[in-house]
Amino acid sequence: MKLIMAIIKPFKLDEVREALSSLGIAGMTVSEVKGFGRQKGQTEIYRGAEYTTNMVPKIKVEVVCDDALAPRVVEGIQQAANSGAIGDGKIFVLDVGQAVRIRTGETGETAL
Amino acid sequence: MTFARKLTGAALATGLSLFAALPAWAQEEAPKIDSGDTAWMMTSTVLVLAMILPGLALFYGGLTRAKNMLSAMTQIGAVAALAMLIWVTWGYTMAFGDGGGAYIGGFGKLFMSGITADAVSGTIPEFVFACFQMTFAAITVALVLGGTVERIKFSAVMVFGIVWLTLVYFPIAHMVWASGGLFFDMGALDFAGGTVVHINAGVSALVAALILGKRKGYPTEPMPPHSLTLTMVGTGLLWVGWFGFNAGSALAANGSASLAMINTFVATASAGLFWMIAERVLGHKASALGFCSGIIAGLVAVTPAAGNVGVFGAVVLGAIASVICYFAVAKLKPALGYDDSLDAFGIHGVGGIVGAIGTGILHDPSLGGPGDGSVGIGAQTLIQIEAVLTTIVLAAIGTAIAVYVAKAITGLRVSTDVELEGLDLGEHGERAYN
Repeated sequence: MKLIMAIIKPFKLDEVREALSSLGIAGMTVSEVKGFGRQKGQTEIYRGAEYTTNMVPKIKVEVVCDDALAPRVVEGIQQAANSGAIGDGKIFVLDVGQAVRIRTGETGETAL
Repeated sequence: MTFARKLTGAALATGLSLFAALPAWAQEEAPKIDSGDTAWMMTSTVLVLAMILPGLALFYGGLTRAKNMLSAMTQIGAVAALAMLIWVTWGYTMAFGDGGGAYIGGFGKLFMSGITADAVSGTIPEFVFACFQMTFAAITVALVLGGTVERIKFSAVMVFGIVWLTLVYFPIAHMVWASGGLFFDMGALDFAGGTVVHINAGVSALVAALILGKRKGYPTEPMPPHSLTLTMVGTGLLWVGWFGFNAGSALAANGSASLAMINTFVATASAGLFWMIAERVLGHKASALGFCSGIIAGLVAVTPAAGNVGVFGAVVLGAIASVICYFAVAKLKPALGYDDSLDAFGIHGVGGIVGAIGTGILHDPSLGGPGDGSVGIGAQTLIQIEAVLTTIVLAAIGTAIAVYVAKAITGLRVSTDVELEGLDLGEHGERAYN
């Protein structure tokens, strides 16, 4: 099993979710996160007080799937989240040791 | 010297106008209550209450960081409630008690003694007049907190409120609005309290902020407003409530109130737009906070002017006040380095001064004002400046005393831990958002 963790632009979430659903992915975890990479932050100004925020809001998508599906999931996210601009994000793929469905106790790929 | 001469002149003028009014007066029987005036003044009174809660509470609260939201709103609500109780105990009589001199009223109405439901003030019941003025005392002390939030103890606010209202607010209210009061007899024009409310609150906020010291991390650490949405809601409530404040200050539902009403629309509209124009001219984006700040600056500036200038005088006054306030908060404050947290001085103090002086100029009929031209522009402006300077001195001295009394009793400032964790948890044991 693989954990695929993608950091994407917030407005790309719907497209990514649709791409993954079409691959048969049945669930995912989404979090609002902040961070910085090569994309420049924003300048905010309140009554003349200027703040440069280098942390940019992003969405983190986490999906676990079986090994065979993983390359297509990565490809699907990469295409759906791509706007061609700096700040489109990153995709990380990690090995997963075990998965357990809490309700039934099923383990491994049947738990996904 | 000039001051004494002016007083004599004013006394003479008042005497003459009293004499002229005497025959008509003599024919009248006991003063009568006008139901229209009374209905309007009762409405105005609760409109001013809405300026405090929730208006000012949301306006200020939104400008704080999320960890201090409840602290800001609770301090405003509690000190306003305290002001109401002090008002009926010794405040009303200090401001409007019969007798008394140039600086303070007589003490005959302590505990509202002698006032019944039948008592009349002008054409409205005296209780209504007392309630209307009560809301002014309550909002003024709450406005001062704009300079001190995010670091002052709740207990310190309460002690400060008692001393400050007694030493500063009640005397200045008497001077401005009670016949026999210093500014009143000088002929100073202050329709709804530019001196007593705004210059007073603004200068007091600055002095209190200076004694209190800066917030930890100011100005290097970012301290952006946590909810400009709520600030915008508060701004709207303040604008609506301000019609009670300004048009209510005619103390009747009459033509003067109508002038105050239209001026409270147009000066404010002009100021809201001109703040954003100032932002654009300096290369920034027109901002929501800029719009809100301009609205408040315009409302402040038109307060003394409301029934005292013409419609286009008000438009000009709003624009000028807005741009000057913009420079005060965006340039002057950072240059001088004081931490007037929510710009109570930059907007209420500076806007109040511009409004008070501008009123002296724009009152003249040659500039579309409702004045009769009997006092020249120069002379009237000098009177206004004199009233402004007197207010500044009294507010500064009285505030310093009130803050040091609060410091002696309560310690004044929260501990570093409480300040870093937020006053909501440290002072009230609650969070605004869960």
